[in-house]
Amino acid sequence: MEKEYWRWPESKWTSSDIDWKDGDIISAGVDVGSVSSQAVVLIDGKLYSYSNFRTGSDSPESAQKVMDKAMEETGLSQDKIHYTVGTGYGRVNVPFAKRAITEIACHARGANFMYGPTVKTILDMGGQDCKAIHCDEKGKVTNFLMNDKCAAGTGRGMEVFADLLSVPIEDMGRLSFEVDEEPEPVSSTCVIFAKSEAVGLLRKGWAKEKVLAAYSSAMAHRVVELLERIKVEKDFAITGGIAKNEGVVKRIEAELKIKALEAKHDTQIAGALGGALFAKALIEKERGLR
Amino acid sequence: MLAHYGYKDGSGEYFIIIDTDKCDGCEECVTACPVGVFEVGEDENDPFREEPVAKVSEDHRKKIKYSCAPCKPVSGRKSLPCMNSCDPDAISHSW
Repeated sequence: MEKEYWRWPESKWTSSDIDWKDGDIISAGVDVGSVSSQAVVLIDGKLYSYSNFRTGSDSPESAQKVMDKAMEETGLSQDKIHYTVGTGYGRVNVPFAKRAITEIACHARGANFMYGPTVKTILDMGGQDCKAIHCDEKGKVTNFLMNDKCAAGTGRGMEVFADLLSVPIEDMGRLSFEVDEEPEPVSSTCVIFAKSEAVGLLRKGWAKEKVLAAYSSAMAHRVVELLERIKVEKDFAITGGIAKNEGVVKRIEAELKIKALEAKHDTQIAGALGGALFAKALIEKERGLR
Repeated sequence: MLAHYGYKDGSGEYFIIIDTDKCDGCEECVTACPVGVFEVGEDENDPFREEPVAKVSEDHRKKIKYSCAPCKPVSGRKSLPCMNSCDPDAISHSW
């Protein structure tokens, strides 16, 4: 079989310091996205485990899979989890979730936990959409906009280019800087047209790296335009899969003249993490604690 | 919260912005809009808000450029029914 360059690495993590059996409140968030799905488990509001896998054709199945992966080898089972919130594109298809909450609300809440209360502007570069969110110091959304009508500036666009250029997706960011000088961005915003434009550039004899640089800067430019509508206030953070692509991140930072905060965890878990935090708050509400 | 519903594409930016802090859920916009762009219900983006809020319905979010076109002729544009109907002044358009 031909190598699948677009395949990004799946991940899973469990805390070694926390024992779930000591937990009073066990909450979970499951984010079923269009491309990837994540599950996060919190013990008393502390990050205990997470998993990040590709979404299959069946949303409920993908939700179950990431949940199982997050609990794998921990002895934790689903009946021990007090509350689960579903979020993301397929949020209504998480059968074991008690409540569905939008990814906008969850991303803000998750980013507030991941990056701290100073984060004000969040750019989520997801698999098939792009969200710009402002939140307050508690992670409550104050302004948002979303572009889910077009794949430009999304993870899927990058996957298309990984295949076209035969470059493994994790290497794309680094390689996009291996150019003598930054080329003009590709002019098409649409992924499909950008791809045809790139094919043309390759035929003209452009190196892969140069095409990649041209595409990465076009992608950065496009999301910066989207951000202009809500304006970027510091601190600024990028979540989602593209946050791992330095080729796009550094170009966004250069255009905005603002540095994005560094993440301590997988940037793709922000939505599920926010879901788990909401789940915790909802248990507390049920128990009359808040 | 300033909720932007809509999109940006190659032809421009099409967002209806609802200031949810101003919106009181009165439903005037729901009846004022000739094509039914608005609905009032639970705030999807603020799980702890108890009061209903206006939003752009799922059906229209990806085509509001076209849904809103009848109220937005190129010339002789009058004020928009949705914005007129909103006493708290919670609705605005980006185009």
